[in-house]
Amino acid sequence: MDTQQEPKIKIRARKLSFFYEGGHQALFDNDLDIPERQITAVIGPSGCGKSTHLRTYNRIYSLHRGQRAEGEVLLDGENILDPKTDLLTLRRRVGMIFQKPTPFPMSVFDNVAYPLRLHFKLSRKEIEERVEAALQGASLWDEVKDQLRKSGLALSGGQQQRLCIARAIAAEPEVLLMDEPTSAIDPVATLKIEDLVLRLRERFTIVIVTHNMQQAARISDRTAFFYKGRIIEVGPTQQIFTAPKEKKTEEYITGRFG
Amino acid sequence: MEPISKPIVGERTAPTGPALINLGRPPYKTLFWRKLQDNLVQVFSVAALTLAVGVMLWILCTILVRGSEALSWDFLTKLTAPHGFEGGIGNALLGTLYITLFAALIAVPPAICAGIWLAEFGKQSFLADALRFSANVMMGMPSIVVGLFVYMILVAPMGASSGLAGSVSLAILMFPVVMRTTEDMLMMVPDTLRESGLALGLTRCRVTLQIICKAARNGMVTGVLLAVARVSGETAPLLFTAQFAQTWPNTFFNGPTASIPVLINNYGMSNFEDLQTAGWGASLVIAVLVLSINIIARVAFRDKKH
Repeated sequence: MDTQQEPKIKIRARKLSFFYEGGHQALFDNDLDIPERQITAVIGPSGCGKSTHLRTYNRIYSLHRGQRAEGEVLLDGENILDPKTDLLTLRRRVGMIFQKPTPFPMSVFDNVAYPLRLHFKLSRKEIEERVEAALQGASLWDEVKDQLRKSGLALSGGQQQRLCIARAIAAEPEVLLMDEPTSAIDPVATLKIEDLVLRLRERFTIVIVTHNMQQAARISDRTAFFYKGRIIEVGPTQQIFTAPKEKKTEEYITGRFG
Repeated sequence: MEPISKPIVGERTAPTGPALINLGRPPYKTLFWRKLQDNLVQVFSVAALTLAVGVMLWILCTILVRGSEALSWDFLTKLTAPHGFEGGIGNALLGTLYITLFAALIAVPPAICAGIWLAEFGKQSFLADALRFSANVMMGMPSIVVGLFVYMILVAPMGASSGLAGSVSLAILMFPVVMRTTEDMLMMVPDTLRESGLALGLTRCRVTLQIICKAARNGMVTGVLLAVARVSGETAPLLFTAQFAQTWPNTFFNGPTASIPVLINNYGMSNFEDLQTAGWGASLVIAVLVLSINIIARVAFRDKKH
Protein backbone atom coordinates (compact mmCIF):
# COMPACT_ATOMS: atom_id res chain seq x y z
CA MET A 1 0.00 0.00 0.00
CA ASP A 2 1.53 3.19 -1.21
CA THR A 3 0.93 5.84 1.42
CA GLN A 4 3.79 8.21 0.68
CA GLN A 5 2.15 9.62 -2.42
CA GLU A 6 -1.43 10.79 -2.03
CA PRO A 7 -3.41 9.16 -4.84
CA LYS A 8 -5.78 11.22 -6.93
CA ILE A 9 -9.40 11.02 -5.78
CA LYS A 10 -11.51 9.70 -8.64
CA ILE A 11 -14.95 9.91 -7.05
CA ARG A 12 -16.01 12.16 -4.20
CA ALA A 13 -19.42 11.63 -2.63
CA ARG A 14 -20.56 14.64 -0.61
CA LYS A 15 -23.63 14.76 1.62
CA LEU A 16 -25.14 12.02 -0.49
CA SER A 17 -28.65 11.01 0.55
CA PHE A 18 -30.94 8.56 -1.17
CA PHE A 19 -34.69 8.06 -1.19
CA TYR A 20 -36.76 5.14 -2.41
CA GLU A 21 -40.29 5.40 -3.74
CA GLY A 22 -42.60 6.73 -1.06
CA GLY A 23 -39.85 8.84 0.56
CA HIS A 24 -38.10 6.07 2.52
CA GLN A 25 -34.58 7.39 3.12
CA ALA A 26 -31.84 4.81 2.63
CA LEU A 27 -28.69 6.95 2.75
CA PHE A 28 -27.91 9.84 5.09
CA ASP A 29 -25.26 12.44 4.21
CA ASN A 30 -22.63 9.99 2.95
CA ASP A 31 -19.16 11.45 2.43
CA LEU A 32 -16.73 9.12 0.71
CA ASP A 33 -13.55 9.49 -1.35
CA ILE A 34 -12.66 6.82 -3.90
CA PRO A 35 -8.94 6.99 -4.78
CA GLU A 36 -7.94 6.34 -8.35
CA ARG A 37 -6.60 2.88 -9.28
CA GLN A 38 -7.22 1.43 -5.87
CA ILE A 39 -9.73 -1.03 -4.57
CA THR A 40 -12.25 0.41 -2.17
CA ALA A 41 -14.37 -2.12 -0.31
CA VAL A 42 -17.79 -1.21 1.05
CA ILE A 43 -18.91 -3.43 3.91
CA GLY A 44 -21.80 -3.49 6.34
CA PRO A 45 -24.78 -5.61 7.39
CA SER A 46 -27.65 -6.38 4.99
CA GLY A 47 -29.83 -3.39 4.26
CA CYS A 48 -27.23 -0.86 5.42
CA GLY A 49 -27.26 0.97 2.08
CA LYS A 50 -23.96 -0.19 0.65
CA SER A 51 -25.46 -1.30 -2.70
CA THR A 52 -27.69 1.75 -2.78
CA HIS A 53 -24.62 3.95 -2.36
CA LEU A 54 -22.79 2.15 -5.16
CA ARG A 55 -25.77 2.43 -7.48
CA THR A 56 -25.61 6.22 -7.41
CA TYR A 57 -22.13 6.22 -8.99
CA ASN A 58 -23.53 5.30 -12.41
CA ARG A 59 -27.06 6.45 -11.64
CA ILE A 60 -28.38 2.99 -12.48
CA TYR A 61 -31.10 3.58 -9.90
CA SER A 62 -32.81 5.98 -12.32
CA LEU A 63 -34.29 2.95 -14.11
CA HIS A 64 -36.69 2.64 -11.21
CA ARG A 65 -39.59 4.93 -10.54
CA GLY A 66 -39.52 7.25 -7.59
CA GLN A 67 -35.88 6.71 -6.61
CA ARG A 68 -33.79 9.84 -6.19
CA ALA A 69 -30.43 10.94 -4.83
CA GLU A 70 -29.54 14.23 -3.17
CA GLY A 71 -26.14 15.76 -2.51
CA GLU A 72 -23.17 15.41 -4.83
CA VAL A 73 -21.22 12.63 -6.48
CA LEU A 74 -18.19 14.19 -8.14
CA LEU A 75 -16.53 12.12 -10.85
CA ASP A 76 -13.28 13.93 -11.68
CA GLY A 77 -14.86 17.00 -10.12
CA GLU A 78 -18.08 16.90 -12.11
CA ASN A 79 -21.33 16.30 -10.28
CA ILE A 80 -22.94 13.33 -11.99
CA LEU A 81 -26.17 13.76 -10.03
CA ASP A 82 -26.75 16.92 -12.04
CA PRO A 83 -29.84 16.23 -14.21
CA LYS A 84 -27.88 17.53 -17.20
CA THR A 85 -25.38 14.67 -16.95
CA ASP A 86 -25.49 12.49 -20.05
CA LEU A 87 -26.17 9.00 -18.72
CA LEU A 88 -24.75 7.20 -21.73
CA THR A 89 -21.43 9.04 -21.40
CA LEU A 90 -21.41 8.45 -17.64
CA ARG A 91 -22.01 4.72 -18.00
CA ARG A 92 -19.37 4.46 -20.68
CA ARG A 93 -16.91 5.73 -18.06
CA VAL A 94 -18.29 3.80 -15.08
CA GLY A 95 -18.84 0.08 -15.64
CA MET A 96 -20.72 -2.25 -13.31
CA ILE A 97 -20.75 -5.91 -12.30
CA PHE A 98 -23.85 -7.26 -10.58
CA GLN A 99 -24.50 -9.79 -7.87
CA LYS A 100 -26.02 -12.35 -10.22
CA PRO A 101 -24.10 -12.88 -13.46
CA THR A 102 -26.00 -11.24 -16.32
CA PRO A 103 -24.73 -12.58 -19.64
CA PHE A 104 -26.74 -11.32 -22.58
CA PRO A 105 -28.69 -13.96 -24.54
CA MET A 106 -26.04 -14.24 -27.23
CA SER A 107 -22.73 -16.00 -27.86
CA VAL A 108 -19.70 -15.62 -25.60
CA PHE A 109 -17.96 -13.64 -28.34
CA ASP A 110 -20.91 -11.33 -28.96
CA ASN A 111 -21.31 -10.65 -25.26
CA VAL A 112 -17.85 -9.10 -25.17
CA ALA A 113 -18.04 -7.61 -28.66
CA TYR A 114 -21.33 -5.87 -27.88
CA PRO A 115 -19.89 -2.87 -25.99
CA LEU A 116 -16.98 -2.71 -28.45
CA ARG A 117 -19.28 -2.37 -31.45
CA LEU A 118 -21.47 0.01 -29.49
CA HIS A 119 -18.87 2.47 -28.28
CA PHE A 120 -15.92 2.32 -30.65
CA LYS A 121 -15.16 2.46 -34.34
CA LEU A 122 -13.21 -0.73 -34.85
CA SER A 123 -12.46 -3.10 -37.68
CA ARG A 124 -13.55 -6.70 -37.40
CA LYS A 125 -9.96 -7.69 -36.70
CA GLU A 126 -9.56 -5.12 -33.94
CA ILE A 127 -12.78 -6.33 -32.35
CA GLU A 128 -11.49 -9.90 -32.37
CA GLU A 129 -8.23 -8.75 -30.79
CA ARG A 130 -10.00 -6.82 -28.10
CA VAL A 131 -12.46 -9.61 -27.33
CA GLU A 132 -9.53 -11.93 -26.81
CA ALA A 133 -7.71 -9.36 -24.68
CA ALA A 134 -10.79 -8.76 -22.53
CA LEU A 135 -11.37 -12.48 -22.06
CA GLN A 136 -7.68 -12.90 -21.19
CA GLY A 137 -8.01 -10.01 -18.79
CA ALA A 138 -10.96 -11.73 -17.15
CA SER A 139 -8.98 -15.03 -16.92
CA LEU A 140 -11.61 -16.72 -19.04
CA TRP A 141 -9.89 -17.04 -22.42
CA ASP A 142 -8.35 -20.48 -21.88
CA GLU A 143 -11.69 -21.92 -20.84
CA VAL A 144 -13.79 -20.49 -23.68
CA LYS A 145 -11.41 -19.99 -26.63
CA ASP A 146 -12.82 -23.05 -28.39
CA GLN A 147 -16.44 -22.22 -27.69
CA LEU A 148 -16.74 -18.55 -28.50
CA ARG A 149 -19.90 -19.26 -30.51
CA LYS A 150 -21.59 -20.99 -27.60
CA SER A 151 -24.32 -19.09 -25.78
CA GLY A 152 -23.08 -17.09 -22.82
CA LEU A 153 -25.93 -18.60 -20.82
CA ALA A 154 -24.43 -22.08 -21.21
CA LEU A 155 -21.36 -21.24 -19.10
CA SER A 156 -21.10 -22.04 -15.40
CA GLY A 157 -21.97 -19.36 -12.84
CA GLY A 158 -18.36 -18.40 -12.14
CA GLN A 159 -17.55 -18.31 -15.86
CA GLN A 160 -20.64 -16.18 -16.51
CA GLN A 161 -19.47 -13.69 -13.93
CA ARG A 162 -16.02 -13.51 -15.49
CA LEU A 163 -17.71 -13.08 -18.87
CA CYS A 164 -19.55 -10.09 -17.44
CA ILE A 165 -16.26 -8.71 -16.16
CA ALA A 166 -14.73 -9.20 -19.63
CA ARG A 167 -17.69 -7.39 -21.15
CA ALA A 168 -17.35 -4.54 -18.70
CA ILE A 169 -13.60 -4.08 -19.17
CA ALA A 170 -13.89 -4.33 -22.96
CA ALA A 171 -15.78 -1.04 -22.81
CA GLU A 172 -12.57 0.50 -21.35
CA PRO A 173 -14.27 2.21 -18.41
CA GLU A 174 -12.38 4.33 -15.88
CA VAL A 175 -14.23 2.99 -12.87
CA LEU A 176 -15.57 -0.52 -12.17
CA LEU A 177 -18.41 -0.89 -9.68
CA MET A 178 -18.88 -4.38 -8.28
CA ASP A 179 -22.02 -5.13 -6.36
CA GLU A 180 -21.35 -8.31 -4.35
CA PRO A 181 -19.83 -9.95 -7.43
CA THR A 182 -19.10 -13.29 -5.75
CA SER A 183 -22.08 -13.81 -3.50
CA ALA A 184 -23.83 -16.09 -6.00
CA ILE A 185 -20.68 -18.04 -6.81
CA ASP A 186 -18.87 -21.05 -5.33
CA PRO A 187 -15.68 -20.59 -3.23
CA VAL A 188 -13.19 -21.69 -5.89
CA ALA A 189 -14.68 -19.39 -8.52
CA THR A 190 -14.75 -16.68 -5.87
CA LEU A 191 -11.00 -16.94 -5.35
CA LYS A 192 -10.46 -16.72 -9.11
CA ILE A 193 -12.53 -13.57 -9.27
CA GLU A 194 -10.75 -12.04 -6.27
CA ASP A 195 -7.42 -12.73 -7.94
CA LEU A 196 -8.76 -11.14 -11.09
CA VAL A 197 -9.96 -8.05 -9.25
CA LEU A 198 -6.48 -7.60 -7.78
CA ARG A 199 -4.99 -7.67 -11.27
CA LEU A 200 -7.57 -5.22 -12.63
CA ARG A 201 -6.51 -2.75 -9.95
CA GLU A 202 -3.65 -1.30 -11.98
CA ARG A 203 -5.95 -0.20 -14.77
CA PHE A 204 -9.26 0.61 -13.13
CA THR A 205 -10.58 2.36 -10.10
CA ILE A 206 -12.58 -0.35 -8.35
CA VAL A 207 -15.36 -0.05 -5.79
CA ILE A 208 -16.55 -3.40 -4.48
CA VAL A 209 -19.53 -3.98 -2.24
CA THR A 210 -19.20 -7.18 -0.28
CA HIS A 211 -20.83 -8.85 2.67
CA ASN A 212 -17.79 -11.07 2.99
CA MET A 213 -15.36 -9.39 5.37
CA GLN A 214 -12.50 -11.74 4.59
CA GLN A 215 -12.90 -10.75 0.97
CA ALA A 216 -12.70 -7.06 1.82
CA ALA A 217 -9.65 -7.76 3.98
CA ARG A 218 -7.98 -9.84 1.26
CA ILE A 219 -8.32 -7.53 -1.69
CA SER A 220 -9.07 -3.94 -0.81
CA ASP A 221 -6.81 -0.94 -0.15
CA ARG A 222 -9.44 1.02 1.67
CA THR A 223 -12.62 -0.03 3.43
CA ALA A 224 -15.76 1.90 4.24
CA PHE A 225 -18.13 0.56 6.89
CA PHE A 226 -21.81 1.36 6.42
CA TYR A 227 -24.46 1.04 9.06
CA LYS A 228 -28.11 2.04 8.71
CA GLY A 229 -27.46 4.29 5.72
CA ARG A 230 -24.55 6.14 7.30
CA ILE A 231 -20.83 5.75 6.79
CA ILE A 232 -19.50 4.91 10.24
CA GLU A 233 -15.83 4.62 9.39
CA VAL A 234 -13.53 4.83 6.37
CA GLY A 235 -9.84 4.11 6.29
CA PRO A 236 -7.03 1.90 5.05
CA THR A 237 -8.22 -1.71 5.14
CA GLN A 238 -5.34 -2.68 7.44
CA GLN A 239 -6.45 -0.17 10.02
CA ILE A 240 -10.20 -0.91 9.75
CA PHE A 241 -9.62 -4.61 10.35
CA THR A 242 -6.91 -4.40 12.99
CA ALA A 243 -7.54 -1.17 14.83
CA PRO A 244 -10.99 0.19 14.08
CA LYS A 245 -11.67 3.55 15.70
CA GLU A 246 -15.42 3.14 16.04
CA LYS A 247 -17.08 0.73 18.44
CA LYS A 248 -19.70 -0.27 15.82
CA THR A 249 -17.03 -1.16 13.27
CA GLU A 250 -15.24 -3.33 15.76
CA GLU A 251 -18.44 -5.12 16.71
CA TYR A 252 -19.22 -5.79 13.07
CA ILE A 253 -15.82 -7.05 11.96
CA THR A 254 -15.53 -9.31 14.98
CA GLY A 255 -18.87 -10.84 14.03
CA ARG A 256 -20.88 -9.63 16.98
CA PHE A 257 -23.73 -8.60 14.67
CA GLY A 258 -24.40 -8.55 10.96
CA MET B 1 -4.68 -9.05 7.99
CA GLU B 2 -3.53 -12.02 10.09
CA PRO B 3 -6.33 -12.26 12.69
CA ILE B 4 -9.06 -12.41 10.05
CA SER B 5 -7.60 -14.75 7.44
CA LYS B 6 -6.51 -17.42 9.95
CA PRO B 7 -8.84 -20.41 9.75
CA ILE B 8 -10.86 -20.90 12.90
CA VAL B 9 -11.03 -24.60 13.87
CA GLY B 10 -12.19 -26.50 16.89
CA GLU B 11 -12.75 -23.61 19.22
CA ARG B 12 -16.34 -23.74 20.35
CA THR B 13 -17.31 -21.21 22.99
CA ALA B 14 -20.03 -21.95 25.55
CA PRO B 15 -23.39 -20.45 24.53
CA THR B 16 -24.55 -17.45 26.48
CA GLY B 17 -28.15 -16.75 27.54
CA PRO B 18 -30.62 -18.68 29.73
CA ALA B 19 -30.72 -22.50 29.63
CA LEU B 20 -33.58 -24.26 27.77
CA ILE B 21 -36.67 -25.08 29.84
CA ASN B 22 -37.37 -28.82 29.52
CA LEU B 23 -41.05 -29.73 29.83
CA GLY B 24 -40.66 -33.25 28.41
CA ARG B 25 -42.36 -34.60 25.29
CA PRO B 26 -46.20 -34.71 25.46
CA PRO B 27 -48.10 -37.70 23.93
CA TYR B 28 -48.33 -37.61 20.12
CA LYS B 29 -51.56 -37.00 18.20
CA THR B 30 -52.68 -39.83 15.96
CA LEU B 31 -51.30 -39.61 12.41
CA PHE B 32 -54.38 -41.33 10.95
CA TRP B 33 -56.28 -38.21 9.87
CA ARG B 34 -53.28 -36.55 8.36
CA LYS B 35 -52.46 -39.61 6.33
CA LEU B 36 -56.09 -39.96 5.26
CA GLN B 37 -56.14 -36.33 4.19
CA ASP B 38 -52.95 -36.84 2.23
CA ASN B 39 -54.37 -39.88 0.47
CA LEU B 40 -57.67 -38.17 -0.33
CA VAL B 41 -55.90 -35.21 -1.92
CA GLN B 42 -53.85 -37.59 -4.05
CA VAL B 43 -56.92 -39.56 -5.11
CA PHE B 44 -58.77 -36.38 -6.06
CA SER B 45 -55.89 -34.96 -8.09
CA VAL B 46 -55.41 -38.18 -10.00
CA ALA B 47 -59.17 -38.36 -10.63
CA ALA B 48 -59.22 -34.77 -11.89
CA LEU B 49 -56.24 -35.46 -14.13
CA THR B 50 -57.89 -38.56 -15.55
CA LEU B 51 -61.07 -36.62 -16.20
CA ALA B 52 -59.26 -33.82 -18.05
CA VAL B 53 -56.99 -36.04 -20.12
CA GLY B 54 -59.80 -38.59 -20.60
CA VAL B 55 -62.22 -36.07 -22.05
CA MET B 56 -59.54 -34.75 -24.36
CA LEU B 57 -58.66 -38.23 -25.58
CA TRP B 58 -62.35 -39.07 -25.97
CA ILE B 59 -62.89 -36.01 -28.18
CA LEU B 60 -59.78 -36.72 -30.21
CA CYS B 61 -60.71 -40.38 -30.66
CA THR B 62 -64.26 -39.57 -31.73
CA ILE B 63 -63.00 -37.08 -34.28
CA LEU B 64 -60.36 -39.51 -35.46
CA VAL B 65 -62.83 -42.39 -35.88
CA ARG B 66 -65.61 -40.37 -37.47
CA GLY B 67 -63.38 -38.12 -39.50
CA SER B 68 -60.87 -40.56 -40.90
CA GLU B 69 -63.38 -42.20 -43.25
CA ALA B 70 -63.80 -38.87 -45.06
CA LEU B 71 -60.08 -38.23 -45.32
CA SER B 72 -58.34 -38.48 -48.69
CA TRP B 73 -56.13 -36.30 -50.88
CA ASP B 74 -59.18 -35.28 -52.94
CA PHE B 75 -61.01 -34.36 -49.74
CA LEU B 76 -58.25 -31.94 -48.78
CA THR B 77 -57.82 -30.37 -52.22
CA LYS B 78 -61.25 -30.35 -53.93
CA LEU B 79 -63.87 -27.64 -53.79
CA THR B 80 -66.86 -28.08 -51.52
CA ALA B 81 -69.91 -29.49 -53.27
CA PRO B 82 -73.60 -29.74 -52.40
CA HIS B 83 -75.25 -32.95 -51.23
CA GLY B 84 -74.97 -35.78 -53.69
CA PHE B 85 -71.84 -34.51 -55.48
CA GLU B 86 -68.20 -35.50 -55.03
CA GLY B 87 -66.48 -32.71 -53.11
CA GLY B 88 -63.82 -31.79 -50.56
CA ILE B 89 -62.92 -29.00 -48.19
CA GLY B 90 -59.98 -27.49 -50.12
CA ASN B 91 -61.45 -24.01 -50.41
CA ALA B 92 -62.40 -23.93 -46.71
CA LEU B 93 -58.93 -25.10 -45.70
CA LEU B 94 -57.24 -22.45 -47.83
CA GLY B 95 -59.77 -19.87 -46.62
CA THR B 96 -58.97 -20.65 -42.99
CA LEU B 97 -55.24 -20.33 -43.71
CA TYR B 98 -55.80 -16.93 -45.39
CA ILE B 99 -58.11 -15.63 -42.69
CA THR B 100 -55.83 -16.73 -39.85
CA LEU B 101 -52.68 -15.48 -41.57
CA PHE B 102 -54.15 -12.04 -42.18
CA ALA B 103 -55.54 -11.94 -38.65
CA ALA B 104 -52.02 -12.57 -37.34
CA LEU B 105 -50.56 -9.94 -39.67
CA ILE B 106 -53.06 -7.38 -38.43
CA ALA B 107 -52.91 -8.22 -34.72
CA VAL B 108 -49.38 -9.38 -33.90
CA PRO B 109 -47.21 -6.31 -34.66
CA PRO B 110 -49.30 -3.80 -32.71
CA ALA B 111 -49.94 -6.34 -29.93
CA ILE B 112 -46.21 -6.95 -29.46
CA CYS B 113 -45.50 -3.22 -29.46
CA ALA B 114 -48.24 -2.70 -26.88
CA GLY B 115 -46.89 -5.57 -24.76
CA ILE B 116 -43.39 -4.07 -24.87
CA TRP B 117 -44.74 -0.69 -23.91
CA LEU B 118 -46.69 -2.16 -20.99
CA ALA B 119 -43.76 -4.12 -19.60
CA GLU B 120 -40.91 -1.70 -20.20
CA PHE B 121 -42.38 1.79 -20.19
CA GLY B 122 -46.03 1.96 -19.12
CA LYS B 123 -45.57 -0.23 -16.05
CA GLN B 124 -47.97 0.95 -13.33
CA SER B 125 -49.05 4.22 -14.98
CA PHE B 126 -52.73 5.03 -15.30
CA LEU B 127 -52.67 4.54 -19.07
CA ALA B 128 -51.03 1.12 -18.71
CA ASP B 129 -53.55 -0.01 -16.11
CA ALA B 130 -56.39 1.17 -18.34
CA LEU B 131 -54.92 -0.76 -21.28
CA ARG B 132 -54.57 -3.93 -19.20
CA PHE B 133 -58.10 -3.61 -17.91
CA SER B 134 -59.54 -3.19 -21.41
CA ALA B 135 -57.53 -6.15 -22.63
CA ASN B 136 -58.94 -8.30 -19.84
CA VAL B 137 -62.45 -7.18 -20.72
CA MET B 138 -61.84 -7.90 -24.39
CA MET B 139 -60.58 -11.39 -23.59
CA GLY B 140 -63.80 -12.10 -21.75
CA MET B 141 -66.00 -10.76 -24.53
CA PRO B 142 -68.12 -13.40 -26.32
CA SER B 143 -66.57 -13.82 -29.75
CA ILE B 144 -69.93 -13.55 -31.49
CA VAL B 145 -70.17 -9.98 -30.19
CA VAL B 146 -66.86 -9.23 -31.91
CA GLY B 147 -68.31 -10.78 -35.09
CA LEU B 148 -71.38 -8.55 -34.88
CA PHE B 149 -69.21 -5.50 -34.23
CA VAL B 150 -67.09 -6.15 -37.32
CA TYR B 151 -70.26 -6.80 -39.31
CA MET B 152 -71.48 -3.36 -38.27
CA ILE B 153 -68.26 -1.46 -38.98
CA LEU B 154 -66.99 -3.33 -42.05
CA VAL B 155 -69.47 -5.67 -43.70
CA ALA B 156 -72.58 -3.47 -43.57
CA PRO B 157 -70.89 -0.29 -44.91
CA MET B 158 -69.10 -2.22 -47.67
CA GLY B 159 -72.26 -4.08 -48.53
CA ALA B 160 -70.47 -7.42 -48.68
CA SER B 161 -68.95 -9.92 -46.34
CA SER B 162 -65.31 -10.81 -46.92
CA GLY B 163 -62.52 -13.01 -45.65
CA LEU B 164 -60.70 -9.86 -44.60
CA ALA B 165 -63.62 -8.88 -42.36
CA GLY B 166 -63.24 -12.33 -40.80
CA SER B 167 -59.53 -11.67 -40.30
CA VAL B 168 -60.31 -8.38 -38.59
CA SER B 169 -62.64 -10.04 -36.10
CA LEU B 170 -60.07 -12.77 -35.35
CA ALA B 171 -57.41 -10.07 -35.02
CA ILE B 172 -59.54 -8.30 -32.42
CA LEU B 173 -59.67 -11.55 -30.46
CA MET B 174 -55.91 -12.13 -30.82
CA PHE B 175 -54.72 -8.67 -29.89
CA PRO B 176 -55.29 -8.74 -26.12
CA VAL B 177 -53.98 -12.29 -25.79
CA VAL B 178 -50.73 -11.57 -27.62
CA MET B 179 -50.30 -8.26 -25.81
CA ARG B 180 -50.66 -9.80 -22.38
CA THR B 181 -48.44 -12.81 -23.09
CA THR B 182 -45.77 -10.49 -24.51
CA GLU B 183 -45.95 -8.40 -21.37
CA ASP B 184 -45.83 -11.46 -19.11
CA MET B 185 -42.81 -12.88 -20.94
CA LEU B 186 -40.93 -9.57 -20.73
CA MET B 187 -41.77 -9.19 -17.05
CA MET B 188 -40.14 -12.57 -16.44
CA VAL B 189 -36.80 -11.22 -17.63
CA PRO B 190 -34.95 -10.15 -14.46
CA ASP B 191 -34.36 -6.44 -13.91
CA THR B 192 -30.64 -7.04 -13.45
CA LEU B 193 -30.40 -7.82 -17.17
CA ARG B 194 -31.92 -4.40 -17.94
CA GLU B 195 -29.57 -2.80 -15.47
CA SER B 196 -26.49 -4.50 -16.87
CA GLY B 197 -27.44 -3.32 -20.36
CA LEU B 198 -27.92 0.24 -19.17
CA ALA B 199 -24.72 0.03 -17.10
CA LEU B 200 -22.78 -0.65 -20.32
CA GLY B 201 -24.07 2.60 -21.77
CA LEU B 202 -26.91 1.22 -23.89
CA THR B 203 -30.04 3.25 -24.47
CA ARG B 204 -33.35 2.02 -23.09
CA CYS B 205 -34.47 1.25 -26.63
CA ARG B 206 -31.44 -0.93 -27.39
CA VAL B 207 -31.70 -2.76 -24.08
CA THR B 208 -35.35 -3.51 -24.78
CA LEU B 209 -35.09 -4.58 -28.39
CA GLN B 210 -31.70 -6.29 -28.51
CA ILE B 211 -31.44 -7.83 -25.08
CA ILE B 212 -34.74 -8.09 -23.27
CA CYS B 213 -36.83 -9.09 -26.28
CA LYS B 214 -34.14 -11.54 -27.30
CA ALA B 215 -34.18 -13.09 -23.86
CA ALA B 216 -37.98 -13.36 -23.99
CA ARG B 217 -38.21 -14.32 -27.65
CA ASN B 218 -39.16 -17.95 -27.23
CA GLY B 219 -41.98 -17.12 -24.87
CA MET B 220 -43.24 -14.41 -27.16
CA VAL B 221 -43.25 -16.67 -30.24
CA THR B 222 -45.03 -19.35 -28.23
CA GLY B 223 -47.65 -16.81 -27.18
CA VAL B 224 -48.27 -15.80 -30.79
CA LEU B 225 -48.53 -19.41 -31.97
CA LEU B 226 -50.95 -20.33 -29.20
CA ALA B 227 -53.09 -17.29 -30.02
CA VAL B 228 -53.10 -18.30 -33.70
CA ALA B 229 -54.09 -21.83 -32.75
CA ARG B 230 -56.80 -20.49 -30.49
CA VAL B 231 -58.48 -18.26 -33.06
CA SER B 232 -58.06 -20.54 -36.07
CA GLY B 233 -60.93 -22.65 -34.77
CA GLU B 234 -63.22 -19.74 -33.90
CA THR B 235 -66.58 -19.97 -35.64
CA ALA B 236 -68.82 -17.29 -34.23
CA PRO B 237 -66.78 -14.27 -35.39
CA LEU B 238 -66.77 -15.63 -38.95
CA LEU B 239 -70.48 -16.38 -39.26
CA PHE B 240 -71.42 -12.79 -40.09
CA THR B 241 -68.11 -11.59 -41.46
CA ALA B 242 -66.51 -14.13 -43.76
CA GLN B 243 -69.67 -16.20 -44.08
CA PHE B 244 -69.24 -19.09 -46.48
CA ALA B 245 -68.69 -19.70 -50.17
CA GLN B 246 -68.58 -22.74 -52.42
CA THR B 247 -65.70 -21.12 -54.32
CA TRP B 248 -61.94 -20.78 -53.83
CA PRO B 249 -61.01 -17.78 -51.68
CA ASN B 250 -60.24 -15.48 -54.66
CA THR B 251 -62.76 -13.11 -53.19
CA PHE B 252 -60.90 -12.87 -49.89
CA PHE B 253 -60.90 -9.07 -49.91
CA ASN B 254 -64.38 -8.40 -51.25
CA GLY B 255 -66.59 -11.44 -50.98
CA PRO B 256 -67.66 -14.33 -48.78
CA THR B 257 -64.83 -16.72 -47.99
CA ALA B 258 -65.09 -20.33 -46.88
CA SER B 259 -63.47 -21.48 -43.67
CA ILE B 260 -63.23 -24.80 -41.82
CA PRO B 261 -65.11 -23.78 -38.65
CA VAL B 262 -68.07 -22.35 -40.58
CA LEU B 263 -68.04 -25.41 -42.83
CA ILE B 264 -68.25 -27.64 -39.77
CA ASN B 265 -71.10 -25.52 -38.44
CA ASN B 266 -73.04 -25.70 -41.74
CA TYR B 267 -72.40 -29.38 -42.45
CA GLY B 268 -73.06 -30.38 -38.89
CA MET B 269 -76.51 -28.88 -39.04
CA SER B 270 -77.26 -30.55 -42.35
CA ASN B 271 -79.51 -33.62 -42.62
CA PHE B 272 -77.40 -35.33 -45.26
CA GLU B 273 -75.06 -38.04 -44.20
CA ASP B 274 -72.37 -37.31 -46.80
CA LEU B 275 -72.13 -33.71 -45.62
CA GLN B 276 -72.05 -34.81 -41.98
CA THR B 277 -69.15 -37.14 -42.73
CA ALA B 278 -67.34 -34.31 -44.51
CA GLY B 279 -67.95 -32.20 -41.40
CA TRP B 280 -66.23 -34.84 -39.24
CA GLY B 281 -63.36 -34.92 -41.71
CA ALA B 282 -63.02 -31.15 -41.49
CA SER B 283 -63.08 -31.39 -37.67
CA LEU B 284 -60.22 -33.85 -37.80
CA VAL B 285 -58.23 -31.53 -40.09
CA ILE B 286 -58.64 -28.46 -37.88
CA ALA B 287 -57.98 -30.48 -34.72
CA VAL B 288 -54.73 -31.81 -36.18
CA LEU B 289 -53.75 -28.29 -37.29
CA VAL B 290 -54.38 -26.77 -33.87
CA LEU B 291 -52.68 -29.65 -32.11
CA SER B 292 -49.59 -29.41 -34.30
CA ILE B 293 -49.29 -25.66 -33.74
CA ASN B 294 -49.49 -26.29 -29.99
CA ILE B 295 -46.89 -29.02 -30.12
CA ILE B 296 -44.56 -26.92 -32.29
CA ALA B 297 -44.95 -24.02 -29.89
CA ARG B 298 -44.12 -26.22 -26.90
CA VAL B 299 -41.27 -28.18 -28.40
CA ALA B 300 -39.48 -25.91 -30.85
CA PHE B 301 -39.59 -22.74 -28.80
CA ARG B 302 -38.95 -24.17 -25.38
CA ASP B 303 -36.33 -22.30 -23.36
CA LYS B 304 -33.36 -24.60 -23.20
CA LYS B 305 -31.39 -22.80 -20.55
CA HIS B 306 -32.48 -20.05 -18.27
